[in-house]
Amino acid sequence: MPQTEPEIAARTTAATVIELIDVNKWFDKFHVLKDINLTVGAGEKVVICGPSGSGKSTVVRCINRLEEHQSGTIHLDGVELTNDAKSIASIQGEVGMVFQQFNLFPHLSVLENLILGPMKARGMSRKDAVERARHYLDRVRIPEQGDKMPAQLSGGQQQRVAIARSLCMEPKVLLFDEPTSALDPEMISEVLDVMVEVANDGITMVVVTHEMGFARKVADKMVFMDHGEIVEQAAPEDFFANPKTERCRTFLSQILQH
Amino acid sequence: MMKRTFVALSLLLVLSSCASSNVTWGWYVIDPTTKGGWINVKFLISGMGQTILISVIAASISIVLGLVVALPGQSSRRWLRIINRIYVEFVRAIPLLPMLFWVFYGLPIVFKSMGLNIPIDPFWGAIITLAISDSAFTAEIYRSGIQSIAKGQKEAAQTVGLNYAQTMRYVILPQAIRRILPPLANQFIYIVKMSAFASVIGMQELTRRANELVVTEYRPLEIYTLLIVEYLILVLIISAGVRWLERRMGSDERQ
Repeated sequence: MPQTEPEIAARTTAATVIELIDVNKWFDKFHVLKDINLTVGAGEKVVICGPSGSGKSTVVRCINRLEEHQSGTIHLDGVELTNDAKSIASIQGEVGMVFQQFNLFPHLSVLENLILGPMKARGMSRKDAVERARHYLDRVRIPEQGDKMPAQLSGGQQQRVAIARSLCMEPKVLLFDEPTSALDPEMISEVLDVMVEVANDGITMVVVTHEMGFARKVADKMVFMDHGEIVEQAAPEDFFANPKTERCRTFLSQILQH
Repeated sequence: MMKRTFVALSLLLVLSSCASSNVTWGWYVIDPTTKGGWINVKFLISGMGQTILISVIAASISIVLGLVVALPGQSSRRWLRIINRIYVEFVRAIPLLPMLFWVFYGLPIVFKSMGLNIPIDPFWGAIITLAISDSAFTAEIYRSGIQSIAKGQKEAAQTVGLNYAQTMRYVILPQAIRRILPPLANQFIYIVKMSAFASVIGMQELTRRANELVVTEYRPLEIYTLLIVEYLILVLIISAGVRWLERRMGSDERQ
């Protein structure tokens, strides 16, 4: 769907939800993030791609504080992410995350997976939480599986449960860390379809993926990373039509080949 | 082959000792069919209640204390991990008997120096010692159980807004408990056996009863044989329970 100039402008001027300024991170001596600058507006969909080991997962993991950055600043909805307990508490549950390995709680049923956060972190009543969980299970098209255990579901179904679990917290931002990389090929599309629908609901999304078909459909901004740096940031039309750097061109030709 | 040789040798030993005329057997001291023997057997078995009681209380304390010791070991803060390491290495290194003496004879003096008048009787002396000594091991059991749960579980719990305590309570421990319970139950067998040391500070449990009867009857072989059989029965019952638990836990895991 082509976007008119005013539409893009309207989105980029919308309130900034995520802002990374000169973020650096090291794993011991390994410089994994180098001067990362990234702004994500409310409702914006950003797709991050790049070769493995380029630091793309680390960027999203810094945004929800699964990893700490060592220099620079990260603001989330105006709050700076620091070690301060108040800062940590204020983002608790505000940034949802869908993992490559699903990370469902294997000892809890699907429904219990979904209501745990809303009940314990948000203090919702069981009745309200269950109602909300059923709504989102419906949304990810597995309304009948609530009483099953995660291990009884297929990979694609498990990942959709994981998406529903994140949505149940009604977060400000939803992060995806290679959500289809661990799936059998025939299950990838069912997960991507759900992700497109979620995207159309207007939530702010940052997605690390190699699924360029999905990126073309939903991305407002493409980010290409290599060796811990953001090499290119562009609107998808631009990004795919005329990548500016050799590295990006090589990468795109490699992953678009198959 | 080895096994058969061993059996043959030990049979030979038993037979030869029976044939020897220098030894008179005194099994009558624990023969329940005679009046005196029955009284002795009842006296010996009467220590069972105390052995079980101190073992159960010590194990209960150790289960809680072990968790309290183990959790800082999982912290991202270095100094908490160091405290955990020091406790485990230190406590694990102290033999039970010296620790028992230190707690029973030494600790009241420490209390007195602080102006506290807390007497320590054999019952609580034994329990405190057993619980602390065991807690270093239960802490290590918790540690391996918690570490066996994939890191992604903790991260997923964090992203749905759970704090540290909630993550432990609702996500990590319920999964770890299946791997923790069987070795923890095994550890209970260790406590039951080590509770025999409590006899030296005057705790009226199985071993103490046997010692007292040996002094009056002077039949150490017969009485200590019965003592060993008493522990054997106790431990066999517990290990049957452990195996039942393991089977149940194992079948849970598969589903």
